[in-house]
Amino acid sequence: MSVATRTIHFTLNGAPVSATIAPHHTLLEVVRDTFGLNGARESCGQGLCGCCTLMVNGQSVSGCLTLAAFADGATVTTVENLAVDGKLSPLQAAFIECGAFQCGFCTSGFLLMATELLESNPRPTEGEIRNHLSGNLCRCATYPEVVRAVQLAAERMA
Amino acid sequence: MDTKVSPDQVIDAQQVGRSVPRMEGAAKVTGRAEYIHNLRLPGVLHGKVFRSRIAHGRILSIDTSAARAVAGVHSVVTGEDIRRIIPEPYYGPAFHDQPILALDKVRYVGEPVAAVLAADPHVAEYAAGLITAEYEELPAVFNEVEAATSSICVHDELKPAITFPDLKHLKGKRNTNVALDYKLRRGDVSAAFASAAHVFEHEFHTQHIMHTPFEPFVALAEPLDDSVTIHSSSQMPAYVRLEIARLLGWPENKVRARTAYLGGGFGAKVYVKIEPLVVALALLARRPVKMSLTMEEQFYVIGKHATTFRIKSAITADGRIAARKCEVFWNGGAYADIGPRVSQKSGFTSTGPYQIECAEIDSAEIYTNLPPAGAFRGFGIPQLVWAYESHTDIIARALKIDPLEFRRRNILHDGQEHPTGTVMRDAEFDEVLVRIAARMGWDAPFDRGTGTKRRGRGIAIGVKASIAPTTSFALVNVSADGSAVLFCNTIDMGQASNTANAQLVAEVLGIPAERVKVTQADTDVTPFDMGTLGSRSMFHMGHAVRLAAEHARTQLEALCAEGGLTYTGEQSVAQAFRKKFGMQAGNIFGVGHYTSRYQPADPATGMSKEVTPFWMIGGTGIELEVDTETGHVTILRMVNVVDAGRAINPRVVETQISGAALMQLGQTMTEEMVFSSAGELTNPSLAYYKIPGIHDMPATIENEAVEAETRNGPFGSKGVGESGTFGVSPAIANAIDDAVGVRLYSLPLTPESIYRAICAARGEPLED
Repeated sequence: MSVATRTIHFTLNGAPVSATIAPHHTLLEVVRDTFGLNGARESCGQGLCGCCTLMVNGQSVSGCLTLAAFADGATVTTVENLAVDGKLSPLQAAFIECGAFQCGFCTSGFLLMATELLESNPRPTEGEIRNHLSGNLCRCATYPEVVRAVQLAAERMA
Repeated sequence: MDTKVSPDQVIDAQQVGRSVPRMEGAAKVTGRAEYIHNLRLPGVLHGKVFRSRIAHGRILSIDTSAARAVAGVHSVVTGEDIRRIIPEPYYGPAFHDQPILALDKVRYVGEPVAAVLAADPHVAEYAAGLITAEYEELPAVFNEVEAATSSICVHDELKPAITFPDLKHLKGKRNTNVALDYKLRRGDVSAAFASAAHVFEHEFHTQHIMHTPFEPFVALAEPLDDSVTIHSSSQMPAYVRLEIARLLGWPENKVRARTAYLGGGFGAKVYVKIEPLVVALALLARRPVKMSLTMEEQFYVIGKHATTFRIKSAITADGRIAARKCEVFWNGGAYADIGPRVSQKSGFTSTGPYQIECAEIDSAEIYTNLPPAGAFRGFGIPQLVWAYESHTDIIARALKIDPLEFRRRNILHDGQEHPTGTVMRDAEFDEVLVRIAARMGWDAPFDRGTGTKRRGRGIAIGVKASIAPTTSFALVNVSADGSAVLFCNTIDMGQASNTANAQLVAEVLGIPAERVKVTQADTDVTPFDMGTLGSRSMFHMGHAVRLAAEHARTQLEALCAEGGLTYTGEQSVAQAFRKKFGMQAGNIFGVGHYTSRYQPADPATGMSKEVTPFWMIGGTGIELEVDTETGHVTILRMVNVVDAGRAINPRVVETQISGAALMQLGQTMTEEMVFSSAGELTNPSLAYYKIPGIHDMPATIENEAVEAETRNGPFGSKGVGESGTFGVSPAIANAIDDAVGVRLYSLPLTPESIYRAICAARGEPLED
């Protein structure tokens, strides 16, 4: 199973980085294992649950399905980038306030998706919130609290 | 812990009853919360498993040569290799029936047969795919009712563990698949049926379910000089230590089990699951070993029992339940796990929360050639409530009695005897019904829809006993600056137990909850606890934590008095320590433990005067719309009401009710492990095993914990993690009946099953 490796260069949470990867490595593995960013996690391994959500060039992707090789030259953002100097983003604060997570394993994905939504649509309707988050699953079923948290953050950011 | 809250703030406001935000909230929203999933150790090997592809067979040979030849493979391990370090490699809490890797036989599709170790997990996975095995195939049995009397036996001989006295009589039994046979006999059931005005009899079914925690099973084992450390996403570290020590023949203190936050558990991660294999691999390799299962593999570890429930009731002329006969078959799969406890501890509640003078229950755990079934949020109760509350509703409708009124007429009240013989105490059944009805406007006119969109309403209520007797220990360590750390083994898997336990410590010490730190479980330092399951922790650990904090407080007050100070919280303690030791030095340890009261069931009657320390009660009301052209159901409104005693943290209680009910919604409408006729699981993936998503939420969901107090509970509280599940499935089936006049007897309630029932009801049944 010997495979050729190559080096990719990309921007990770604002900083230029490089990593030596094999063709089968996913971006999720690189972000976690090379850079120790544990916020994105593999759960279903099929791009169905959203636990592995990452932002690549401003677009949400399933990190478990995105080959690392395709991130060469890209800008990659993870949940670790949402708080600035230890100050939580309005969405993060609203998630805590509304109890929008229980076990927390899926939370990073919901936060990145909700951030993406509010960037393009600052005052979403409940239906728009549900639609945008429909690719993320929460086994603790905190969906009602998530919807309220996104609404609360939107109000505060308005 | 929030250090921004001032230590000067000895607050008068009570810490109990306050919606303190989760202690780990910031860690979870920044992605920094610790999960074992994230743990990396230097020199670690990754283990990947080769699994059986047949349901039942004798192993003739296992060919590992191709796997061994793969570059980067460290080793390949089979069941026989494990015997080198563990001569009797069988584990399990109820029966020592499960081999760490298959020995001699395989008993279900997906059973682990061999494991590959490699530094690169991709190499290990690739190599595992190259292993082959030859089997002499044996006939298999899958259905729980068939297996109860089948000549095909999953195990040659029953091997009960020593843990549970009521399983002793099964030792050495052969030619049976019955792993537990709980019986309740109360009153003259035959006479009650003979004199009944009405008799109703039905059979209900539930399907196989998987917990699908989003942090799939993960464990690391680190072999040290003469001990082993296990890092595991486990709900039961104390049991992990105990069972691994038993398997290895080591004292418990040579085994250390620790956890972090769990990415969900829901009962999947109780007792031991992959830990024995990970430990065996690490000891054989003399290297740290990590195993992270995939979502697909999780389906082959543990699930929720499929059941068949035959229920029969004798009703008097005035609409009272005079007698009930319950026969429950629990599909336990190939290994018992904690299944026998499910069929007994839930089985004795099979008659429901009703006053029933004559009752007969037969609740049997049955081995089959399917993946094992064990504990799942509710511990068997949702399967039972599904049947008895559907049955109860059918009776009410047949007798033209309002379903709410029929329930209230028969519901148990405090001071009355449950069929087991235990007198009900602090059990607000009627109030739960009353609150559901009030929220739904049960007496008000209801829009029944028109044309192809028909609306209906349904209610259901269930009861659960706590697992007893069980024991919890806790330790509160107060440092010389007056700050407190709680050491306990209750695992925070999302239910905010760390926050609630901090509130209890704070309440007793008179300090803000935000100032209390709670450690993660680590059996080298955290004292014994039976485990985080069955909603037992708030009650049992709650008492232990309360007692430990009280013990600390007594000593803190004495320390202050010794220094001529009055105890006023952290700062007074800091001063007192400095006075006594001349510097900031020292500790105060408060210890507490609690064991619940319990009286074993009489073997002849199955009855007990003290069958549980407390009762959990949950009910649901549903309004829905059925599309009669498609069978599609839209839940318009879901009302969940529970008796949780006094809420320690009201917001957390509400999210527990909501989360439990919505989880049960998935099991009602979509979730089902579908097996082929050869016992192969056809849908081990979130693509085909559909759990609820954000679009599956009811348009309106309301949750309520009624005003209540558990007088023997810590600060009046009791467990609440499961109560929201109880009523959901039958309330939906009852509402469907109310909407379109068809009755469904099997879960899940798919559009197809509803549409077929609608067609059959109008005399135009569809072909299969």
